[in-house]
Amino acid sequence: MAGIPHDHYEPKTNGQKWLHSRLPIAGILYDTLMIPTPKNLNWMWIWGIVLTFCLALQIVTGIVLAMHYTPHVDMAFASIEHIMRDVNGGHMIRYLHMNGASLFFFAVYLHIFRGLYYGSYKAPREVTWIIGMIIYLLMMATGFMGYVLPWGQMSFWGATVITGLFGAIPGIGESLQTLLLGGPAVDNATLNRFFSLHYLLPFVIAALVGLHIWAFHTTGNNNPTGVEVRRTSKADAAKDTVPFWPYYVIKDLFALALLLAVFFAVVGFMPNYLGHPDNYIQANALATPAHIVPEWYFLPFYAVLRAFTADVWLVQLVEFVTFGIVDAKFFGVVAMFGAIAVMAMAPWLDTSSVRSGRYRPKFKAWFALLVIDFIVLMWVGSQPANELNGWISLIATTYWFAYFLVILPLLGLFEKPLPQPATIEEDFNAHYANPAE
Amino acid sequence: MFRKIAISAVSALAITTGAAFAAGEAKHIEDVDFSFQGPFGTYDQMQLQRGLQVFTEVCSACHGLKFVPIRTLADAGGPMLPEDQVRAYAKNFTVVDKDTGEEREAVPTDKFPANDGAGAPDLSLMAKARAGFSGPYGLGINQFLKGMGGPEYIHALLVGYTGEEKTEAGETFYENTAFSTGWIKMVPPLSDDQVTYADGTPATVDQMSMDVSAFLMWTAEPHLNARKEAGFKAILLLGLLSTLLYLTNKRIWAGVKGPKKA
Repeated sequence: MAGIPHDHYEPKTNGQKWLHSRLPIAGILYDTLMIPTPKNLNWMWIWGIVLTFCLALQIVTGIVLAMHYTPHVDMAFASIEHIMRDVNGGHMIRYLHMNGASLFFFAVYLHIFRGLYYGSYKAPREVTWIIGMIIYLLMMATGFMGYVLPWGQMSFWGATVITGLFGAIPGIGESLQTLLLGGPAVDNATLNRFFSLHYLLPFVIAALVGLHIWAFHTTGNNNPTGVEVRRTSKADAAKDTVPFWPYYVIKDLFALALLLAVFFAVVGFMPNYLGHPDNYIQANALATPAHIVPEWYFLPFYAVLRAFTADVWLVQLVEFVTFGIVDAKFFGVVAMFGAIAVMAMAPWLDTSSVRSGRYRPKFKAWFALLVIDFIVLMWVGSQPANELNGWISLIATTYWFAYFLVILPLLGLFEKPLPQPATIEEDFNAHYANPAE
Repeated sequence: MFRKIAISAVSALAITTGAAFAAGEAKHIEDVDFSFQGPFGTYDQMQLQRGLQVFTEVCSACHGLKFVPIRTLADAGGPMLPEDQVRAYAKNFTVVDKDTGEEREAVPTDKFPANDGAGAPDLSLMAKARAGFSGPYGLGINQFLKGMGGPEYIHALLVGYTGEEKTEAGETFYENTAFSTGWIKMVPPLSDDQVTYADGTPATVDQMSMDVSAFLMWTAEPHLNARKEAGFKAILLLGLLSTLLYLTNKRIWAGVKGPKKA
């Protein structure tokens, strides 16, 4: 692997040499596990392992659930109850899977905001960032389709609302929606294809996770200083890094075990807290729930979607200019996907030459506001639509876009950054005493 | 700084925005204490048996429990009726046999029959399909502290009749302080001493409501006791693992990282 100079795998025994000349798998595993990793990584660098664990947890529990689940509109809801009542340990597996999705998104949001703060998206790690964003999108698609499978009221009506978004696309929208649903409305065909895709996408995600790791193993990890590991010689690199095994493997596993203790408290004591009671009512096409609310992890973008109603002047202007092709509904859809797209574009929108937010005093304040903004969007996304909430979502949405499209580009031009350490070693030694002394 | 902001922020939002946002029907649901609340709470076997009695003698006239197998009445963590009583109990119901298509007496392996003739909803999952306490400001903090409020909702509904009634389009509605619209079609089902408890507990409306709410929580979540037990075991083991990993981590890093400088 290119990048930071370090020792590579050398086959020693005849058996090792035999395999290595045919399939250098041991070498790849060795290099992956022993990769030099900046020695100053803080606790925000644990989320990668947590996320990998989440993916494995969801796949394993999901495969077991699929053995007992029936993807048919008349039987899906009852088959979930069969799992909850009759399958050995079924209630636990299902609650792990349900809440596992929440842990997955909790971790991914912290992972993403870590990247946004420490500038992990910047050159040369744009490809890692983009792959990550694709993984995040696929996670959302998988999570959404998984939520439909129990065939409760929120499943059904959530599916109706979200697939309706695709119907808002001018021209192709209606055919796209029909293709997605397998018919004119959410029905058995929808449930079947969602089940199929819900089973498929996690494996696509797994492959992309492989690429994600490959990409940042090529560029090397970012770190809290944003200063690159020295590549001038193996000795220099060794002063900035420690091998991933055992230093970070053990550290990350410690964090994971601690986090899982909290996770099991949720699963064991309040497994339905993050869910919606309406999903324990079987889907009924004739009874619309009072409030259709997505899962908590979709709320910020749901708020963006709902922010642009027909009485917002910008929407009216766009509708006028496009001769009505872009109406309020489609505008909302574009805004929702746009909110994620601008995040994906961050590597090219951020003009600052300094990578880490640690050395950017003004950036810190704007970033803190972005975190607050995200929370406000999440809260307002859960609230019933009324005038005040409309204003809140509009303002919060505006800030979200302004952060990426205006603040990030301008900050780099006007901000005076603090001095950065020359090397990771220098920063590390400034913070920690030499253990030899 | 970032770490603290981020972790507290995301934790706060995960905690507060979860839960049910049942705004709109923000009826007051009184918080009553059930034995199964909190991490240490378990079902009270006697209460579940009393609740079963209320369900059988009152609710089952109009409501079904179509997801609940009758045999589970004997399961650990439930009402735990003896096997012979379960067999005798099953005979209260008639079901349509799947193979012969003919009506016959129910046996323990059958489920409670569905019963929607009177337009009454199935009660198997009712205690999880309703909630209370979603405030303040839809943040769900109350639910974090008091629980989701499903059984409390059922209790509040059963004791929530004001005695007022009205007739609209030929149908009678009864005023109820817990029901979303304030007027419910269900005839007030309970009156004092409507059932006679074998254990001598006075059968007040409040007592019967409590008992049947607890019973319906069990029908909705039959493995609650086992789940909490698994939760404790997992936390204990993960706590132990965390401690070992913490010490290992400290030891490994000791050669790289000295104490933090002020």
